[in-house]
Amino acid sequence: MDKRLERILPRVQKPARYTGGEYNQIIKNKDEVELRLAFCFPDTYEIGMSNLGMKILYKTMNSLPFVWCERAFAPWGDMYEEMKKADMPLYALESGDSLDKFDALAFSIGYEMAYTTVLDMLAMAGVPLRSADRHDLLPIVFAGGSACVNGEPMAPFMDLFVIGEGEEMNNELLTLLRRAKAEGWSKKQFLREAAHIGGVYVPGLYEIDYNPDGTVKSITPTDGAPEKVQKRIVEDLDAAPYPTDPIVPSTEVVQDKVDIELFRGCVRGCRFCQAGHIYRPIRAKKPETLIRQGIETLQNTGYEDVTLLSLSTSDYRHLTALCDGLLEYCEPRSIGLALPSLRADNFSMELMERLQRVRKTGLTFAVEGGSQRLRDAINKNVTEEELLHTCAIAFAGGWNSVKLYYMLGLPTETDDDIRGIADMADQVLHCWRENAKNKNRGVRITISTSCFIPKPHSPFQWEAQISKEEYLRRVNLLRTSITARNVTYNWHDAETSVIESALSRGDRRLGDVLEAVWRAGGRLDAWSDYFSFERWENAFASCGLDLAWYASRERGLDEVLPWDMIDVGVRRAHLVRERERCYASELSPDCRKQCSACGAAKMLHGRKCDE
Amino acid sequence: MNKLRMRFSKTGRAIYISHLDLMATMQRAFSRAGNRLKYSEGFNPRPQISIALPLSVGCASVCELMDFQLLEEQVDITSLKDRLNATMPEGIEVQEIYEPTRKNAELKWLAIEGVFEYDDRSVDIMCNQLAAFFSRESIVIEKKTKRGFGEVDVRPSIREISFFARAGGAVALAATISAQNPTLNPDLLPASLRALCPEIAPDFAKFTRIEPYDAEMKVFR
Ligand code: SF4
Repeated sequence: MDKRLERILPRVQKPARYTGGEYNQIIKNKDEVELRLAFCFPDTYEIGMSNLGMKILYKTMNSLPFVWCERAFAPWGDMYEEMKKADMPLYALESGDSLDKFDALAFSIGYEMAYTTVLDMLAMAGVPLRSADRHDLLPIVFAGGSACVNGEPMAPFMDLFVIGEGEEMNNELLTLLRRAKAEGWSKKQFLREAAHIGGVYVPGLYEIDYNPDGTVKSITPTDGAPEKVQKRIVEDLDAAPYPTDPIVPSTEVVQDKVDIELFRGCVRGCRFCQAGHIYRPIRAKKPETLIRQGIETLQNTGYEDVTLLSLSTSDYRHLTALCDGLLEYCEPRSIGLALPSLRADNFSMELMERLQRVRKTGLTFAVEGGSQRLRDAINKNVTEEELLHTCAIAFAGGWNSVKLYYMLGLPTETDDDIRGIADMADQVLHCWRENAKNKNRGVRITISTSCFIPKPHSPFQWEAQISKEEYLRRVNLLRTSITARNVTYNWHDAETSVIESALSRGDRRLGDVLEAVWRAGGRLDAWSDYFSFERWENAFASCGLDLAWYASRERGLDEVLPWDMIDVGVRRAHLVRERERCYASELSPDCRKQCSACGAAKMLHGRKCDE
Repeated sequence: MNKLRMRFSKTGRAIYISHLDLMATMQRAFSRAGNRLKYSEGFNPRPQISIALPLSVGCASVCELMDFQLLEEQVDITSLKDRLNATMPEGIEVQEIYEPTRKNAELKWLAIEGVFEYDDRSVDIMCNQLAAFFSRESIVIEKKTKRGFGEVDVRPSIREISFFARAGGAVALAATISAQNPTLNPDLLPASLRALCPEIAPDFAKFTRIEPYDAEMKVFR
């Protein structure tokens, strides 16, 4: 072990997250591989090691015999300070080698607030931040993950982006890089070739022109780069490689359990939801596959909990068969099965009743909008009746706490909608009085609100975001509308939402802002411990850019959007139509009732969605 | 199945795994090896495992003792060791598994080895000075207790200690210290130097547990 590290580790919190050496890590002989790749997660070890994409891609990239893919995470503040003091570069956990020795750095970016941490990790690695300042072929720096459906603010720093699912694409890219390294290609030659791999977006090959008002005038591909980069998907998830031997951390992480990914995509078309649109088309795994992979993973990890992952678990067609199959293995071994993101319906309640080790305390509903009209407008298919009915069963069954999640600032929201949230809480309270078996334990009803963030590639991508002052006004309105004592109200701060809004729909000029924030000490901005709104405001000001223009402005339908070169499958016309239906408070059917021809099916080459 | 005792080492990168995390790591290793630990009864069941002398983070050991019980009635103990070693994280290695005959309370002394590193000082005469320091009648230092600060004499907890110069600005030490009643944390050795004789206090110190003994200095198993 590095002498400096040996001296630092006894002084920092939870040192085991900085050492590697976990069970199922992959160690290769560095003299026998041709490419060394550092898979970088711009957040803490505990978050990164809980990320399913990271678990899958670590193994699929390592399945290439000529590649050794290792991991790197962002150190927490105390470790960061110690490393600075000791002049220690960022290193990869498996070998302990510093990142500047690697041929490629691949970042997994799931949320915009991680951008400054990416810059910080590059700097800690001793790698020049900007793509233009890295003249040689190696190291190649690239990024993937859901934030990259508009990675423009990161465009100056990344050599390329991988858009969509990486199981196949990453390996094609690494195969090309191997050849480029062996044949001594220039960086430009490699990037030009890489742009022809499906899903690879090379920002340097696109010229962006701006209008005098600051909006994008045109996006011009050069050097033979495709006009639109279509995201990659894995067409057949049952056949796709799925590692059943993930690394088992030796220290506690956020999700210490086996994940079972039921399907990708979502049949619901909630209009505010980016995930529901960018992961289309829906592709489900067979229950047999899931049961087999789940049991294998349990055996290979020794975990005592399994959780079913997807955007909407209740929409999995074979949920009962799957749960039966898993319970048959899990129950005799006291392995717990968890089903997050269930919908508020009877079926789900019955299922939860059957599950072992479900502590009957918390029931969570993402209601999102305060009135039926608003929920119709955002296409969130939850009715008050359904919700109260589920609560009634739950209270009668011994549950005594309900959490209701809402967004404030959704398009078309009125003050009446906000008062509707308080009404709903009252009704839930009333429902508890009517149905609870044992009233002595009392009830806890919690309302949480966050500020709506319009996201690219969703029907609301053109929408305005309310200002943080307006958000606070709505928070106060709701606060004063809540009268019952058993109802607690928590609201998330809007400051992070404002920055997230600016970044998620930003253009590549925001690269300067990111660098300025980082230079002023910004990193781990997804953590309230480290986030400073003032630092962001100052950075925007010093770069001569207007935060509000980026965060809250409504985009015109005729505008060229900064992410227009990225095609996630869903057609623009579909998004426009969905937005119009929002203003008419019209619901759209889910994909199972009726296909809305959103466009995503084209990626399945003749097969149907959700088959 | 009856109570079993495992002797294992925890070295290399594994020394940073905390006591609590080690418990979870052990439970998972057993279940990967195809055996299950017995759990306590009650609302929040925990695996029934107990480690004789919890090891502090950063300290290595080649002689940890852990008692456990398996749910299975028939277990082949010899193959269990190999099966466990095949599923342990780097740095944890089972040396033997056996049915214990002695109680952990009989454990009294621990042989340890350590390295004191000196960055810019010559270690030539350091060994003699260190030996002289630790042969004092008493070595009383301040120690944090539950109720603020107290004084503790570490000298009676050191049965023997010797120092050897090593290449590269380091001094190796071998010592026998009290394992329990009272427990001497090896970190108190450099700490007492820092408090009472900073000129010879090392810039960095690390330790490895070598062997546990009973009160008669017989190897404890
Ligand atoms: S093509 Fe039809 S079924 Fe497929 S995701 Fe789009 S709307 Fe749903």
